[in-house]
Amino acid sequence: MGRERLFNLAVILALLAVPLLALALDEPFVITLATKVAILALAGVGLNIALGLGGLVSLGHAAFFGIGGYAMGILAAHAQNYEPLFSWPFLFEGSNQMPLIWLVAVLASAAAALVIGALSLRTSGVYFIMITLAFGQMLYYFAISWSAYGGEDGLSIWVRNEMPGLNTLIPIQFFGVCFALLCGALLFSARLAGSGFGLALSAARQTEERVETVGLQPFKLRLVAFVISGAITGLAGALFADLNRFVSPTMLSWHTSGEIMIFVILGGVGRLYGPVVGAAVYILLEHLLGGISEYWQIFLGLLLLGMVLFARGGLIGALLGREVAHD
Amino acid sequence: MTDTSLSPPMQPVLRVEHLSKSFGALKASNDVSLDLYPGEIHALIGPNGAGKSTLIKQISGGLQPDMGRIELLGHDVTALDTVARARMGLGRTFQISSLAMEFSVLQNAVLGALGACGKSLGFFRNVMKDKALLEVAEEALSRVGLLQAAQQRTADLSHGQRRQLEVAVALTLKPRLFLMDEPMAGLGASGSKELTGFLDQLRYEAPILLVEHDMDAVFALADRISVLVYGAVIATGTADEIRNHPEVRRAYLGEEDET
Ligand SMILES: Nc1ncnc2c1ncn2[C@@H]1O[C@H](COP(=O)(O)OP(=O)(O)O)[C@@H](O)[C@H]1O
Ligand SMILES: [Mg+2]
Repeated sequence: MGRERLFNLAVILALLAVPLLALALDEPFVITLATKVAILALAGVGLNIALGLGGLVSLGHAAFFGIGGYAMGILAAHAQNYEPLFSWPFLFEGSNQMPLIWLVAVLASAAAALVIGALSLRTSGVYFIMITLAFGQMLYYFAISWSAYGGEDGLSIWVRNEMPGLNTLIPIQFFGVCFALLCGALLFSARLAGSGFGLALSAARQTEERVETVGLQPFKLRLVAFVISGAITGLAGALFADLNRFVSPTMLSWHTSGEIMIFVILGGVGRLYGPVVGAAVYILLEHLLGGISEYWQIFLGLLLLGMVLFARGGLIGALLGREVAHD
Repeated sequence: MTDTSLSPPMQPVLRVEHLSKSFGALKASNDVSLDLYPGEIHALIGPNGAGKSTLIKQISGGLQPDMGRIELLGHDVTALDTVARARMGLGRTFQISSLAMEFSVLQNAVLGALGACGKSLGFFRNVMKDKALLEVAEEALSRVGLLQAAQQRTADLSHGQRRQLEVAVALTLKPRLFLMDEPMAGLGASGSKELTGFLDQLRYEAPILLVEHDMDAVFALADRISVLVYGAVIATGTADEIRNHPEVRRAYLGEEDET
């Protein structure tokens, strides 16, 4: 087993061990923190497919995170208020079942990613960053003005949604759900990176001309990557809203896009477990330094600056060095 | 096959007709016409900045000509993009290496095999364990003598090895014709000689439009030579015809003797 694999295993086991320990010590807040890490890491795993593998610097992933969040909020709000969401072609009263909510979140964010991607991927570089940012902000302002679903105040859900066979009100069980989804996404992401699609996508990031001359279309590769990426981040959004039992336009704002990107950069762009390490360090810093000073983000900024200047591969790159070519 | 007078009944694989391309006031291609027949190596020579790479780029689809027509295997491809032309069987090597530098040598070759195989890319199976693709990739690498470097990172290759890999990736495409932009540059004497011998055989698999500065290689390989100066073809002919062409001597070969 390579060094990076061992490291990754240690990271994921630590993420599992901390809440279990907290359970034994009766520290529910720590479980919540770990759950937050798992969910934000999942959002980062999504972005990492576009950013790390595809080289697509999207500053609009809050759009997908927020769409996932609103998918949960809208479905659950209708279910809790007994107001049908629509009555044609069949009566649909919303839902408080997580699997259905996830499905809607994934489909809705994938559809949004398809539209946003199809339009933004015609540009590249700074223009791509700006146009994804613009799309994200468009949705943000739309949510603010969408009074049917709380507008600026957002939507509160009284009871966490249900998962068949589990009691999601028990923190450790909800953590288990999020952790399992994160592991699934990591597994998927690893397989994707090693697949023919992953090879072609990564090549398109490095040398677009080459990919064309072997008869493959960079635009299509990137669009598919963007959709997969948006769908995973959307799933994370649904979980995040469920964790807080609240969704608001903040989830759609560019700050959120920036945060998701920080997880990826902090951990290491294109490193499979980069977003996990990044999200964990971010939440840890926020928790530890946030208590000492309101300006904890200054420390985060310094850390990021250090990362970008001295360790291109993020924390994982700094610890383990350059990634070795797969197989 | 050196005697092209035997080939008129054959269809050209590539036909370029009256191609023109300007960058502002600069005529990078000025009414260029040339063709490439099965089994032949057609060399394109000319001083730096003559417009050789620009011509290759237009033929491969990366650059749209202002005027003229490009025909590939009997089809007008002037309006088609790079991907479509690659799928029709056009295999190109780049003057400025455009390999995926983070990849291993083998990964670069597998990418070529993957693009050419025409199957769907696959989202789950490990592409580096795909036997059919590996076979194509490894064969191409071994043909250019790069198999022992298969696991090396492409960024760590020497300049000459990168040129070899360029050729190997083009081989994985199993193209109907090759466009090679200075494949010998930086190879060194023995490397050039080896590649010369290789291309000499390769022409029978698919004809080659060869841009090359190494005159020994050009005169040894080319069935026909076209000389490009200031974007225009000033002469096309056999090696002997070109060697003795007064205008060519003045415009190009003589110029080299002085330096
Ligand atoms: N994209 C471009 N824009 C402007 N000028 C260009 C461009 N590409 C090439 N040129 C110019 O066209 C001329 C021919 O270049 P090139 O085809 O690379 O020459 P060669 O390959 O024969 O050395 C050069 O003067 C070069 O500077
Ligand atoms: Mg050139």
